[in-house]
Amino acid sequence: MKIGVVTFPGSLDDVDAQRAVRLGGNEAVALWHGDHDLQGVDAVVLPGGFSYGDYLRCGAISRFSPVMTEVIAAAGRGLPVLGICNGFQILCESHLLPGALIRNDHRKFVCRDQRLRIENNRTPWTSSYDDRAEITIVLKNGEGSYVADTETLDRLEGEGRVVARYLDGNPNGSLRDIAGITNEAGNVVGLMPHPEHAIEDLCGPGTDGLGFFTGLVEKTFA
Amino acid sequence: MARVVVDVMLKPEILDPQGKAVHGALPRLGFDGVADVRQGKRFEIDLDGEVTEERLAEVHKIAETLLSNPVIEDYAIHIEGDAAPGKRRA
Repeated sequence: MKIGVVTFPGSLDDVDAQRAVRLGGNEAVALWHGDHDLQGVDAVVLPGGFSYGDYLRCGAISRFSPVMTEVIAAAGRGLPVLGICNGFQILCESHLLPGALIRNDHRKFVCRDQRLRIENNRTPWTSSYDDRAEITIVLKNGEGSYVADTETLDRLEGEGRVVARYLDGNPNGSLRDIAGITNEAGNVVGLMPHPEHAIEDLCGPGTDGLGFFTGLVEKTFA
Repeated sequence: MARVVVDVMLKPEILDPQGKAVHGALPRLGFDGVADVRQGKRFEIDLDGEVTEERLAEVHKIAETLLSNPVIEDYAIHIEGDAAPGKRRA
């Protein structure tokens, strides 16, 4: 199936995400931030990086880019969307996901291999993982602290919408150790760590991230 | 030309690591007795002509949709030269 990867000015991980899509057995389609066009893709990845230089707030400017108008409309119709790191920030700014991501509580950029627990394997992006699978992928962020009000956090947990949680210590101050969440319908997923950097044994901490890019086929066409 | 100023601050309950870093630096510089520092953003918006109610409403819209993220931030608007405190909205 065709998975679009959006490039914004300042995106860093779009090429890695495209590679992950291909290694996951899908066709990668490059999408451009300035186009009102999703080129008929079956799913969209918003990659990591510093879109628009993180000016104003991370993701705040990207949210109003032409391609995001299309992504927001298509997500509302059920299109699977995965936002990684800066992509997660864009999804929150777009109100496709609740809450926000603020500066790490310890004020330092963090870059390390991070253990996670997959707590919801019913999304199109996580369906290839076992329930409560523990995986290790790359985490690298300066503003990855997930915050939301208590009511929102309770709702996310109550509805099983926490997709992934940090293990072995909280790396950035995220409330309730939240590393990733999904929307009510389950088609939009935001994740702070980077599965696209853990898809080959040659580099990175292994291949635990590949599952995010292999699960789409069976789920979407089931 | 009229200038409208929008101040954006993190909500009180949201942790402000940048403000904390500034606060932490003050004693090292010899400034004591500072209880807390919060860091925010100030936007100076210059409008053509007069500030009318209508145009002020538009600036509120700008502040709500782009300049602030209501999930984590509050904003306040005042017209420069206007001593009256700005209307604060969540």
